[in-house]
Amino acid sequence: MAVKKIGGQSLVFESRPCVASWAAVVGPMEGEGPLKSEYDMIMKDSLFDQDSWEKAEQKMMQYSIELALKKADRLPWEMDYLLGGDLLNQIITANFTARVFGAPFLGLYGACSTLAEGMILAGILIDGGYGDSVGAASCSHHDTAERQLRFPTEMGVQRSQTAQWTVTGSGAYLIRSGETGVRMTHATVGKVVDYGVKNASDMGSAMAPAALDTIRAHLEDTGRNAADYDYIITGDLGRRGFDSLKTLMAEEDLPANNLTDCGLHVYGGNQDTHSGASGCGCSAIVMGPRFFKEMRRWPRKKLLFAGTGALLSPLTSFQGESIPGIAHAIAFEWTEGENSK
Amino acid sequence: MTDQERELLRRHQDVLAREAGSRGRERARWAEKRKEIEQAQDALLRERGRLYLVRSSKTAAKVPLVKNMLWAFGVGGVICSVGQGFVFLFQRFGLALKDASAASTCVLIAIGAFLTGLGVYDDIGKRAGAGSIVPVTGFSNSISSAALEFKREGFLYGVGAKIFTVAGPVILYGVAVSIVVGLVDLLF
Repeated sequence: MAVKKIGGQSLVFESRPCVASWAAVVGPMEGEGPLKSEYDMIMKDSLFDQDSWEKAEQKMMQYSIELALKKADRLPWEMDYLLGGDLLNQIITANFTARVFGAPFLGLYGACSTLAEGMILAGILIDGGYGDSVGAASCSHHDTAERQLRFPTEMGVQRSQTAQWTVTGSGAYLIRSGETGVRMTHATVGKVVDYGVKNASDMGSAMAPAALDTIRAHLEDTGRNAADYDYIITGDLGRRGFDSLKTLMAEEDLPANNLTDCGLHVYGGNQDTHSGASGCGCSAIVMGPRFFKEMRRWPRKKLLFAGTGALLSPLTSFQGESIPGIAHAIAFEWTEGENSK
Repeated sequence: MTDQERELLRRHQDVLAREAGSRGRERARWAEKRKEIEQAQDALLRERGRLYLVRSSKTAAKVPLVKNMLWAFGVGGVICSVGQGFVFLFQRFGLALKDASAASTCVLIAIGAFLTGLGVYDDIGKRAGAGSIVPVTGFSNSISSAALEFKREGFLYGVGAKIFTVAGPVILYGVAVSIVVGLVDLLF
């Protein structure tokens, strides 16, 4: 019997696993953005003393996990599981990071929704009684992503106005059972949604329908209203995708005044990123440093995080396929001590 | 995970946290310490790999060297003989030796591409190895197989971008070396 499932695609975390700690390691450009004082480590350049960007990305993810664990006074091999992923082929960043840690590891790929996917699975593992502390991390690097997905980094191309800037950064979250703090109450596992957007420089528009689909399903399944949350936060729609989502929500009579997007919080207006931030690292370096941190001071102390992902590859683009999108949502709530269950 | 690895990782985490929590010269000092630990971790990984390889190589399957070499010699020889046959043929039709070898090369390239299209060349290559890679038919195979493979991604980003993925190094460095050789020839 699926006793912890409600509605079509949502699940309830009865034990309400807690986000015990987090850490973010970012690149120099992100380190000049509005959240600069919240990051744990800012790399002085995109190579981070390594001889390739891929190695730099791996170190970023490793460091973010180590630092998150340190804050909770945990050693890496004490994690019951590590869940992680990134954008690179064969998720090499996560795989090579797990090589260092000696913790049971499940590699994930959900494009930029990887953090949300990891957190949901962490919640399931803990709520199911399969572990007490699970690490969830996701990471991206602007230069490795450009090189794999688009053009050589030094090629003089004019970026489209709808294009987003892949974040150089990694965020790691330690999810643990039964504590005071930011706790996971519900999750909604997204469906792959494709509205036929083919422009790989406009992934925000491609992902917006998926975000709508998941948010709507979440509200229906849980019987909640959008206004029950202080914020509904999408992963990395960027300016363009965010505007599309607002339009879509207005059409469905869903209030969107508490809607925001992680991609709008990474860079300042003068950083010339066009449509904002994207990438696996985008929500990972924003959720903790920007939102979880101040949640306890909010009136309702609740947020809905819908991590969004564009499930394309350069190959499918060249073969003329459209871009399928996905969004996974997690409801978080700040609670104190005893009133957990 | 050995105790030694754990100890290094524990120290790494500790030093990293101190680095993240400090500024300026102190931060640089911790960064140095972190790099030292990382070097030790890398050395440990390499050493474990080396020891494992020593143990596992005892049971590794033997490469049939003699058989492979005979195949390469045979197939490579046949391809070259066919090429030589065409040289003789073109000479009989009145071409000078230089022109006859150029024409023969063209024919071999065409045959290589044709066999690739029929899906035969990879079967030959499986047995012959270098015997069918080194002659010009192998060069032809590397280009035509890439063209076939990437046609589905379109003629621009597929065929256009990927046709020289295998042959690219040969073309680039072949041209570069030919320039050097040409210069040497000109000077002496």
